[in-house]
Amino acid sequence: MESLNLFVKSIFVDNMIFAYFLGMCSFLAVSKNVKTAAGLGVAVIFVLGVTLPINYLLNKYLLSPGSLTWISPELANVDLSFLSFIIFIAVIASFVQLVEMVVEKFSPSLYSSLGIFLPLIAVNCAILGASLFMQQKAFATLGLATCYGLGSGVGWFLAIVSIAAIREKITYSNIPKPLQGLGITFIIAGLMAIAFMGFMGINF
Amino acid sequence: MDKKVFTTPILKQNPITVLVLGICSALAVTVKLEPAIVMAISVTLVTGLSSFLISLIRKTIPNRIRIIVQLVVVAMFVILIEQILKAYVYDVSKQLSVYVGLIITNCIIMGRIEAFGLTEKPLPSLVDGLANGLGYGLILIVVAFFRELIGSGTLFGAQIIPQSWYVANGGAYLNNGLFIMPPMALILIGCLIWIQRSIQKEDK
Repeated sequence: MESLNLFVKSIFVDNMIFAYFLGMCSFLAVSKNVKTAAGLGVAVIFVLGVTLPINYLLNKYLLSPGSLTWISPELANVDLSFLSFIIFIAVIASFVQLVEMVVEKFSPSLYSSLGIFLPLIAVNCAILGASLFMQQKAFATLGLATCYGLGSGVGWFLAIVSIAAIREKITYSNIPKPLQGLGITFIIAGLMAIAFMGFMGINF
Repeated sequence: MDKKVFTTPILKQNPITVLVLGICSALAVTVKLEPAIVMAISVTLVTGLSSFLISLIRKTIPNRIRIIVQLVVVAMFVILIEQILKAYVYDVSKQLSVYVGLIITNCIIMGRIEAFGLTEKPLPSLVDGLANGLGYGLILIVVAFFRELIGSGTLFGAQIIPQSWYVANGGAYLNNGLFIMPPMALILIGCLIWIQRSIQKEDK
């Protein structure tokens, strides 16, 4: 129950884009049509779902204060948490590179549709942001952390696909010239964020 | 060295309103002026210094793994900044929470390194990085100014709207709570882009 609650919450209430503005750059750049947006969204769900558990384990057994006691009790005072940025980003960047190579080797068709987005994901703030929030929220179990990762990914997917659909619809709308393109996209995103505020307080 | 390297990124090629890079953190830290200014300074320093360092070692970086090298260099500077913030302005660093760490994935930094640092000499790269940071900071401060003034009636935490205006004291004024919420930040940036694009069109 707790994990379901966390999953739904991270999709709607703590939506990566509308509540924390994470992954905004690719959200704006790759939302011109639904198909590519969905491709990027799936890639984000996948990368979040895998890197978050890895980073959770690293955080639990390597980085947080006193976590090295499993090697020897003398290391109880060691606090490596200042290294977390560099470790997290290294995990994400190397994982993304690995996935890219594997996909390229085994499924060229998937690579051509997804491949261009993978390098983008390494610098997508939503991925690193989720790891940092995971560290801050200090989840109790690996399962909860995975739920949080998947939930955030699905929330991001939902946001980018819906804004891409809206942007497809407004292509022929009569918008003031200086507001066309990015300006109106921001304002739409703002209105969507207001709509998402309606989900606040969902609880199971 | 050209003076243009310094001046264009601040207004004409502003990283946020024209190039639309680094939006993520721009929106999240602008509820109050103080964290916005701290964030602006941190990003300026990180952009300048990492661009400078990458430019120094640009001839020795193999092309295939350059993203990881860049991320590690940026992460190093961000860790330095984070430790300094924690030591000297602890309150602000608490407010910024994960967004300090997210400077690593701020697209401005990677964008400037890719577009400028990798090909140009160290000194112009430093100037270019600093100028882009300042352009980013400018927008941050403008947005934070409006959000803090309208949302909480204060600037730098000092009351600007007279107390006697408020409904509680018999006046007719209320703070607009929506300005503290995420959606308004998106809409404000949309309007800023609108204003800037209308002005620049007249220049041409």
